[in-house]
Amino acid sequence: MSAGADTADERLAPASHLKKLLARPELGAVVGAAAVFVFFSFAAPSFLQASSLSTILYSASTIGIMACPVALLMIGGEFDLSAGVMVTTSALVSSMFSYQMTANVWVGVGVSLLVTLAIGFFNGFMLTRTRLPSFIITLGTFLMLTGLNLGFTKLISGSVSTKTIADMEGFSSARALFASQWNIGSVTLKVTILWWFALVAVATWILLRTRAGNWIFAVGGGADAARATGVPVVKTRIGLYMGVALCAWISGQHILFSFDVVQSGEGVGNEFLYIIAAVIGGCLMTGGYGSAIGSAVGAFIFGMTSNGIVYAQWNPDWFKFFLGAMLLLATLLNAWVRKRAEESK
Amino acid sequence: MSAHTAPGPQAGTTLVKLTDVSKYYGNIRALQGVSLEVTAGGITCVLGDNGAGKSTLIKIIAGLHRHDAGTFEIEGEETELANPRAALDRGIATVYQDLAVVPLMPVWRNFFLGSEPTRGRGPFRRLDVELMRETTRAELLRMGIDLRDVDQPIGTLSGGERQCVAIARAVYFGAKVLVLDEPTAALGVKQSGVVLKYVAAARDAGLGVVLITHNPHHAYLVGDRFVLLKRGTMAGSHTRDSITLDELTRQMAGGSELDELSHELERVAESGRDTSAGTPAGPPSDSASDRDDTTR
Repeated sequence: MSAGADTADERLAPASHLKKLLARPELGAVVGAAAVFVFFSFAAPSFLQASSLSTILYSASTIGIMACPVALLMIGGEFDLSAGVMVTTSALVSSMFSYQMTANVWVGVGVSLLVTLAIGFFNGFMLTRTRLPSFIITLGTFLMLTGLNLGFTKLISGSVSTKTIADMEGFSSARALFASQWNIGSVTLKVTILWWFALVAVATWILLRTRAGNWIFAVGGGADAARATGVPVVKTRIGLYMGVALCAWISGQHILFSFDVVQSGEGVGNEFLYIIAAVIGGCLMTGGYGSAIGSAVGAFIFGMTSNGIVYAQWNPDWFKFFLGAMLLLATLLNAWVRKRAEESK
Repeated sequence: MSAHTAPGPQAGTTLVKLTDVSKYYGNIRALQGVSLEVTAGGITCVLGDNGAGKSTLIKIIAGLHRHDAGTFEIEGEETELANPRAALDRGIATVYQDLAVVPLMPVWRNFFLGSEPTRGRGPFRRLDVELMRETTRAELLRMGIDLRDVDQPIGTLSGGERQCVAIARAVYFGAKVLVLDEPTAALGVKQSGVVLKYVAAARDAGLGVVLITHNPHHAYLVGDRFVLLKRGTMAGSHTRDSITLDELTRQMAGGSELDELSHELERVAESGRDTSAGTPAGPPSDSASDRDDTTR
């Protein structure tokens, strides 16, 4: 900083573009995705067919819709272990409220939105009030929701799954919004892919180009500094949890309207898939760093692996092993890349 | 959005004046009868050891605490600040030791953190990124900091540079009076020099500066007035013409107490090797005025 006034550019060596690229949080995930893609292209001949690609995209989108808000939440420095079962809760509320109370499913869908947002608010409110770790708070919510899902469903429907609502008013329009699909030749594209891409685009916009995005990074990267500079820390955190809840609602409605009935025990364990996708996508466990696009790449890796194993005609029992190994590798790669990028400045 | 306000007052105008200010925490006398003046284009140094009351003094000026006695005038008008926001609104910005920056975020995002400028409306309301980058670069350059890249995480800057960014931020957001809490405390010689140069630049831009430090050398390099605090009271108040660095250092270090300390250390060195757990036999301290260094 002692150099002459206008010499900034000469010290920005031509390599800076490469360095900037290396410093992107998504880089590790993109490299990993390319590697997985090439690997399965050779291991499974049917992997490269267009129909396979649409299947992969679909399963990536079901994870990606949730991985995206979870990534934002992790950038904000928190976890949400209740995200997986919250999806099921949302679907159950929709289905059972519609069935029991009204004739139109849209009423149930609306009530479900309110209930799910309230759960998200509860998570955020408890976190900011008690200052307990989010791991504990959301673990509590996770267990409570798991119990409520089962308990209420059995109480109301008399079994572990809900009754069909396919003959109800509004079902077809709701299905069009949350679970439609188009056939283009042999390829079937599901609407969740659009939801997924739109969410990632909106989340990226929020993160990089709005005040709220600046606040998310600041709250995760240094909450005290954020507070001292006037960032509304509490609002930001609660907003992040409600973002997760909103996406859980979208996911839940998709499940409901594509299968028509909901199994009350579903969703357990999915929260880890969302976190894995976010971490593979470059989110730091400690907060303050990451990207929404990275979470999409992470979800895409998930989709490729889970389907690639099937196309390669391997025993799918091995899937979890692959997922775990991938998580470890991606995290190591991320750490290494970021260290390199920061040192080279 | 506060645009950059050019420092208004003429050099030499009194911006902040404390007269006989006292502060009590319950029955603890944290500050008693302290007077201090900050002028536009002047640097007032507050010197004192740990526990001397420097932090209490800062907190009163920064609006975190209210004084219990005496008067606190801002630009000739008696004031009581309700909170830090009120202090900021009156043009008093405080840069604390932890600087309030987020290490992983780029310099330009840190510069505007909490007060980000936006353009567009409704759902298209977005950060004015160009303005933010340009302003950050220009503001830092104006004070002689030429950053390679405003996109680098602020954590990759040196301690001195980070301090300078924090000060530049306060200046940009309309500060007329800058309160700096030990800006050189954790820095090496060279880095301290960088920060002090920057403090001088802020002064030359017409700001009034309150520099809190326990380093008389740093204070004397830039200061116009020196206020010495000791155990919550004012141990001295000098202008630059009326005191030498040696005298300032001596007073700061405790003057006669320093002599006493050196005596004591000699005595401990002589007798201390065999008395394993005994307290070093200090005199019952005719310098009852010191709780920090000599007796314990």
